[in-house]
Amino acid sequence: MEIKTVQTPHVPVRYLEGGSGQPLVFLHGAGGATLEDPFLAKLAEKYHVFAPLLPGYGDSQECPELRDMLDFTLHSWDVVDALGLKDPILVGHSMGGMIAAEMSAIAPHDVTRLALIAPAGLWLEDHPIPDVFSTMPYEYPALLFHNVEQGTALLTAGVALDNPEWLKGFLVTNARQLGMAGRILFPIPERGLSGRLYRIKAKTLLIWGDSDRLVVPAYAHAFKKAIAGAELVAIAEAGHMVTIEKPDQVIGALGRLVA
Amino acid sequence: MKFTWFNLMPWPYLPDDFREKHRSVWVDIDQKLFDPVKSHEVYNTYLDLLEYADTLGFDGVGCNEHHQNGYGLMPSPNLIAAALTRRTKNAAIVVLGNSIALYNPPVRVAEEFAMLDCISGGRLVAGFPVGTSMDTNYCYGQIPSLTREKYQEAHDLIMRAWHEREPFAFNGRYNKLRYVNIWPRPIQQPNPPIHIPGGGSVETYDFCIDNTYSYSYLSFTGYIRAKALLQGYWDRVAERNAPDSSPHRAGFAQTICVADTDSEAQRLYEEHVLYFYNRCLHVYPGFADAPGYRTIKTIQSGALSQYAPPKGFDTLTWKDLTEGGHVIAGSPETVRQRMEDLIKGLHVGNIFGLFHVGNMTKEKCMYSSKLFAEKVMPKLRNMFPEHAGDDRFWCKPISKRATPGSLPAEREVAALAGAH
Repeated sequence: MEIKTVQTPHVPVRYLEGGSGQPLVFLHGAGGATLEDPFLAKLAEKYHVFAPLLPGYGDSQECPELRDMLDFTLHSWDVVDALGLKDPILVGHSMGGMIAAEMSAIAPHDVTRLALIAPAGLWLEDHPIPDVFSTMPYEYPALLFHNVEQGTALLTAGVALDNPEWLKGFLVTNARQLGMAGRILFPIPERGLSGRLYRIKAKTLLIWGDSDRLVVPAYAHAFKKAIAGAELVAIAEAGHMVTIEKPDQVIGALGRLVA
Repeated sequence: MKFTWFNLMPWPYLPDDFREKHRSVWVDIDQKLFDPVKSHEVYNTYLDLLEYADTLGFDGVGCNEHHQNGYGLMPSPNLIAAALTRRTKNAAIVVLGNSIALYNPPVRVAEEFAMLDCISGGRLVAGFPVGTSMDTNYCYGQIPSLTREKYQEAHDLIMRAWHEREPFAFNGRYNKLRYVNIWPRPIQQPNPPIHIPGGGSVETYDFCIDNTYSYSYLSFTGYIRAKALLQGYWDRVAERNAPDSSPHRAGFAQTICVADTDSEAQRLYEEHVLYFYNRCLHVYPGFADAPGYRTIKTIQSGALSQYAPPKGFDTLTWKDLTEGGHVIAGSPETVRQRMEDLIKGLHVGNIFGLFHVGNMTKEKCMYSSKLFAEKVMPKLRNMFPEHAGDDRFWCKPISKRATPGSLPAEREVAALAGAH
């Protein structure tokens, strides 16, 4: 994978690109995406992957003009246009799934293949989604991974949590990334998507880890009900970070969109 | 010097094992710990104490806004302020303040502050905090990274509402109002003095300097630790070529306990001070600072939330707290000396004295407040003689003020009936 920049009407956007084959746009979750992302590397073995970073993520420029869901949705279309893509396979994870669903609802004729991996965007009274904004870093693994021990090792690898310079960097990154994510996820990750899902015309795949404790599988059924013809792929022994825990199965499932 | 008698209004019945059994005093505090019937007594005692401070000659009586908070029973500071306008005579009503991004629409603040100013005869000192992340983001659901933009718009709207004399349309991003035309408007012109509580962000320094607002640092960690932050402010005042560096451009909150001797102060106040620091400040660190609430510049300057200190307040002792300056406690002479250090060291003309601490009894609170008013305050009055005439940051009451409860006797009214 390589990191590149593309100009959009608001800001230059950083994106990760790699692989060859059918173009696939991957929208990352609130945690962001990096060059080292093992899932994207595997995905690039089969597709021509474009993974744009939301402004403020990684080293990308912030964009104060993006304030609400419509801004995020149109910005993401701006990025697709700027990359010169037409009807790419659209894949989004978590927050990225929410944005991908909105993009497909607002421009139903421009997306024919859509994969939503544990997307945010709905709110079920009986299954309130935990508040990730007040969650302490040490609490993340239990929320995000099926295998908490492995998840912990992954998230805390080589970090001295009491180093003040590291802490400052961590806080700056959090402020930039989650500050941006908060515009569509805080304090409740719901911005009216349920009223728009009926517009989606794409062949839609829902991919979910069976032990997702952040956006529990009840949401998979709510999405399935709301999107005509949507197909659900449940993956065993995987949490919200199903892309990290079971990348091969996720990529295998995506194959159904192009079959 | 202006001395404001402040009460955060803590809930005084948090159990001894509060910090072991509960994760936070704020946001998701356990409902079972609040007893509405007991609160009747608590509220009335706290109001009595604020009224008593007026009789002692304090320049101001203060209240503030917190939500879902075990150490602050004032989700609506304006209700407390309204009660005070009627039962105090001379003290400024210092509302520090209204978290203006939370009022929808913010003209509500312009209206309520105007009412307070009119009822009190021009005694209002107005505060416009951004509000803590706990209050603003976690309790009131404001999006962290948009809070400041919304705050700024609310500020501009309120000031225009106070200043303009014709109805105007306000096409804001967060407020669309076709007819802004507040009724009533404040006595104090062009507007009541404004104090801005801040936590070390450069943007807030500049905001105060540009608008001639007083910058107040409401810290619980005392004057010794505050030095760097206020020095940052004064450096900025110099850097921006402000016309003067009057100490009234800044204020500071300080917990103060006075007794006959230093040892008596410890004997009388230690348990209450520890109640406050060990229990009331037990905030779940996840609520201290929602990502995006603080600007990048502020984080980079190292100004972190005081609600998530690296070592916590839970284990601090009386010795730590008094030596560290979190609390100024002791005999009138000890307190005078340390207050002098504070006032000179920080160069502040406004003191927001926290005289009621934690679960302090009313008797002890009265004792401490009276000693301060009689034996300490007079000696600190003229710390800045060259700035004594600076009245830009304090209220200007009208001289002929109404006396509450001065209706005529019923028999005089009855006389009307026979008059025709």
